[in-house]
Amino acid sequence: MNPKDGSSTTPVWAEEFSVHASEDAYVQRRQFTKFLVLTSFGMVAGNGWIWLKALTAKERSAWPQVVIGRASEIQAGTVRFFSYPEETDPCILVRRTNGEFTAFSQKCTHLSCAVYYAAERDRLECPCHEGYFSAANGQVLQGPPPRQLPQVTLEQRGDDLVAVGVTTHASE
Amino acid sequence: MHGYEFYVDPSRCIGCGACMAACAECDTHRGASMIHVDFIDRPNSIATTPMVCMHCVEPTCALVCPADAIKQGEDGVVRSALKPRCIACNNCVLACPFGIPTVHIGPDLMMKCDMCYDRTSVGLRPMCATVCPSQALTYGPPDVIARQRLARATDDFRFGNEHVKTKVFMMAPESAPVIAVNVEDYMEKGPDESEGWILDDAGLG
Repeated sequence: MNPKDGSSTTPVWAEEFSVHASEDAYVQRRQFTKFLVLTSFGMVAGNGWIWLKALTAKERSAWPQVVIGRASEIQAGTVRFFSYPEETDPCILVRRTNGEFTAFSQKCTHLSCAVYYAAERDRLECPCHEGYFSAANGQVLQGPPPRQLPQVTLEQRGDDLVAVGVTTHASE
Repeated sequence: MHGYEFYVDPSRCIGCGACMAACAECDTHRGASMIHVDFIDRPNSIATTPMVCMHCVEPTCALVCPADAIKQGEDGVVRSALKPRCIACNNCVLACPFGIPTVHIGPDLMMKCDMCYDRTSVGLRPMCATVCPSQALTYGPPDVIARQRLARATDDFRFGNEHVKTKVFMMAPESAPVIAVNVEDYMEKGPDESEGWILDDAGLG
C-alpha cells in the first residue's frame, strides 16, 4: 500500500492522489505531452475555424436605405437613437453643435459599451473605460478602443435623413 | 539540528497545558491549538498525556482523505490539511488510530500538529517541546535520549491487526518494544451483548 514504491500492487488512486507532497505537483512526461498535443490541436482547430469563417463571409453588397429622422426636428447638440442595418445594431445619430449630422454605431470598439454624445465637449464618450471618439468621423481621441467607431453614411433627402451604408475600419 | 527526533513521554506529563498554549500562539493558526492534552482515565486518575501527531510513515489520515488535502513532506512530517482543499468531512478524525486530527468548525478545516515544520526545517525545536517544563515532549538527538531516559523509545504500534510505524517516538517501558492495543477493548458494545449501549435514563425500556 506504500504509494511511493510504484509497484504493481499500488492501487491507481494511491498513485494519482499520492500522500506525498512532492508528488502532488509532479507532472509525468506523458501527461505533459498529452496536454501539449491536445492544446496544439485545439489551437489549430480554432484557427482553422476562424479562417473558414473569414473565407465564407460575404461582403454586404446592398445596404438598406432607412429614414431615421427629420432634420428639422433634431436640435443642435442632441441625438437620436436608431438601429441600422439590423434591429440588433444600435446606432446613434448626432447633430453636432455646429449643426452637422453624423451617425455611428453605438457600440464602443473596446468592449461594446454604449457610447453617448457629450455635447459640451463635442465628442462621443464611452463611460466604461473613458474611451473618447471624435464626433466628426469616429476616430479614437483617447482610451483603450483599438479602432474608430463604424460610421453610418447619411444622405439628406429634403428634410429626411436616410442611412445608406456603414463604413467599418480595420485596427489602427 | 537535523537528525533530531521527537519524543513523547506520557509518564512525565503534568497536565499543565503549556504545550497547547504555546501551540496556539503560532502566527499561522493563532488562537487555535493544533495539539491537545488528554486525560487517560478521567474518573479514576489525574494522569494526562500530550497528544501531538505521531506522523505515521503511512499516514492513515492522508490515505482516507477524499479531498487529497493531507500531505506528507519529504521530511516525513504529515502536514495539517491544506486550507483550499479540506472539506471538513471528518474522515481523518475517524481514521486516525491516535485520535489526533480535529475539525475546527469556524473555518471548516481540519487542523493537526505538523511538528512545526517551519521551525524544525531551520533547526528550531517545535514550540511545544520548547515550553514543556517536564520535557514530556522532547525534541533532541536519539543518543542523548537513550542515555538520559530509563524508558525506551518505540515507534512501533499495533492496533488490533493494524501495524503502524511512526516518525515520532513514544516512551514505553523497556519490556514493551511494540505498543499493542486491543481495539476491541475500546469499542462500544452492541445491543445484543451484555453491556447495553443505549442509554435508558428515563426507564422506558
